[in-house]
Amino acid sequence: MNNMLTLTALQPLWAELFMAMMVMGFLIFGVFKGDQSTRLLTFLGILGLFFVSVLLMNAPLGKEPLLGGMLVQDVFGRNVKLILVVALAVSYMLSLKYLYDTGFVKFEFPILILLAGLGMFLMVSAHHLLSFYMALELQSLSLYILAAFHRNSAKSAEAGIKYFILGALSSGLILFGISLLYGFTGVLDYTQLGQIIAELEGIEKTGVVFGMMFLMAGLAFKISAVPFHMWTPDVYEGASLPVTAFFALAPKLAALALLLRLLVGPFEALVTDWQMVIMFLSVMSMVWAAFAGLVQKNLKRLMAYSSIGNMGYALLGVVMLTTEGVTATFFYLMLYLIMVAGVFAVMLCMQRDGVVFKQIEDLAGLSKNHPKLAYAMALLMFSMSGIPPLSGFFGKMIVFQEVVAQEMYVLALVGVLTSVVAAYYYLRIIKVMFFDAPDMPYSKGFGVFRNGVIIVSVLFAVFYVLRPDALLPFARTTATDLLTPPAIIQTHDIQLDN
Amino acid sequence: MITPDMLPSLAFYGFAFILVVSALGVITAKNPVYSVLLLILAFFNAAGLFVLLGAEFVAMILVIVYVGAVAVLFLFVVMMLDVDFKSLRKGAMHYVPLGVLLGGVLLIELFVLFKARFGTEVFPQADTLPEISNTQQIGAVLYTDYIFAFQVAGLILLVAMIGAIVLTHRTRPNVRRQNVAKQNATTQEDAMEIQQVETGKGI
Repeated sequence: MNNMLTLTALQPLWAELFMAMMVMGFLIFGVFKGDQSTRLLTFLGILGLFFVSVLLMNAPLGKEPLLGGMLVQDVFGRNVKLILVVALAVSYMLSLKYLYDTGFVKFEFPILILLAGLGMFLMVSAHHLLSFYMALELQSLSLYILAAFHRNSAKSAEAGIKYFILGALSSGLILFGISLLYGFTGVLDYTQLGQIIAELEGIEKTGVVFGMMFLMAGLAFKISAVPFHMWTPDVYEGASLPVTAFFALAPKLAALALLLRLLVGPFEALVTDWQMVIMFLSVMSMVWAAFAGLVQKNLKRLMAYSSIGNMGYALLGVVMLTTEGVTATFFYLMLYLIMVAGVFAVMLCMQRDGVVFKQIEDLAGLSKNHPKLAYAMALLMFSMSGIPPLSGFFGKMIVFQEVVAQEMYVLALVGVLTSVVAAYYYLRIIKVMFFDAPDMPYSKGFGVFRNGVIIVSVLFAVFYVLRPDALLPFARTTATDLLTPPAIIQTHDIQLDN
Repeated sequence: MITPDMLPSLAFYGFAFILVVSALGVITAKNPVYSVLLLILAFFNAAGLFVLLGAEFVAMILVIVYVGAVAVLFLFVVMMLDVDFKSLRKGAMHYVPLGVLLGGVLLIELFVLFKARFGTEVFPQADTLPEISNTQQIGAVLYTDYIFAFQVAGLILLVAMIGAIVLTHRTRPNVRRQNVAKQNATTQEDAMEIQQVETGKGI
């Protein structure tokens, strides 16, 4: 207990520390300079995130818990954080012009995104049920505020309240699960928890399984898997568009990483108990999202259902918990995130004099008024529905390949069938854009960032076929590291003596 | 005759009696302000019971958090909102049977718990008093083993503060605010105009 917290000892966590410093610095800067500093803060944020990624790349990685067993900085966490950094930077890029166009500039916006990002980083690294919960709350609280950020709109306030209440409910479930786990095992640390759970028998094991189920239900809220998805469409619809884009890009990945670390760590011994749950969540998400998406009229709601469905596909890879399965999950999510960034960038362009249009019918005749935008959207939609040779196809292919390899044919069948159903609503967007009577054109001048995101996203979708295994090694190292059992028995014994 | 070893029992009964009476007062007082004040009295007596159990940290937190913040907030709400408590009370008698039932169940539960756990002892006491106070014990781990959780809690509170300001603070353009610096910088020339008034003419 006499080890001092020196800056060098904290080197694995420099990225997180730097982010926290950025938050404080931005806050002071913003308070003095007022809301017009938002632009500068956003640029500084992108720059800072680049620096965070450099710190992450240089962080010493290992499975040893840091800060008294609270956190761990391993390859898995590092890789997920690198994806998160990109997602945060893209959110910054997409939000800036929108804030100024709609006249709702507040310097707290980039700060809250950064705080949510910090919460996600800590979630990914959490190695203790206490730090897990604290990090989750840091992230969730920032997200609630972001959802209600456009406070003059009743929809946004409603989204904020709804998200807050259901989020608090899920936090309650998680806390109840944690209290059951603590009651039956007496520890909170992942490593010790895993060791104790592996040896439990009878009624105590049942209690731990109950706790785990509550924990998983709470986390299913956060990744919005059916039947815990009901908040998603409303929050996506109510929150302002860049916030929705941010919600679609980052938080679910962090929550999924958190869930994965729990499932392969402390709950490894209970694999037969949670496997069915994950399978259920996955199948329900795929089926429900595919059919509910058919009747949506609002583009943001449609994207919400799309994200629910895609989480279902991603969870397919987790069911087996093989290296290849988790690889498929991460591979799928990365491809999905790149497409989603492009789709939201296109949606952000649909505005006329500061008024945003978000119904599917507002896309009518986009091919006449803005042909480039329409073709970009069309390619992204084809890609999302999984039509070869676009990138979305490869994501689905890898996932289904792995499901078939594990001889779970029913799951694969459900996945393929639901993706056919879901293709309808992606293709309907293309039909509306190209064959419906055109409306008035949207405001010109989409901004460098938006154009850049659209171009990168579309080029990626189109030319991914040339290097179809480009992101696979990255996903594979992530999955391999996650599934490597930690060899830290010695440090753990020392901790027990304290 | 009161002997020193009777003092803990005496203190317990004193605190417990006032606690129960003031708690009764909270729900029976006609004036809601009295209810809140009695609630504060109940909190203080509960804090006294915690001190008797050797949990002085919880006692202080109870006083600081519940009396200092929560009860005062209640008082604000009661005084500032124009709630018609008479009409709220009107249907209350309907709920008496349900209330009696729930209260009875709770009483039986408490009785069973009391029999099962404590047997013949009058009230529980800490077995042995620890050598250092529990405030020190919490402090010893809070800033070492749990420094991370402590810091993140700070960040969460920061988020809550930012959120409260973002969601409620509005800048209204036509409000006259006091600007102390401007007031202090005002000179005689800014505020006053000296005119020579000619006799019999006025300004």
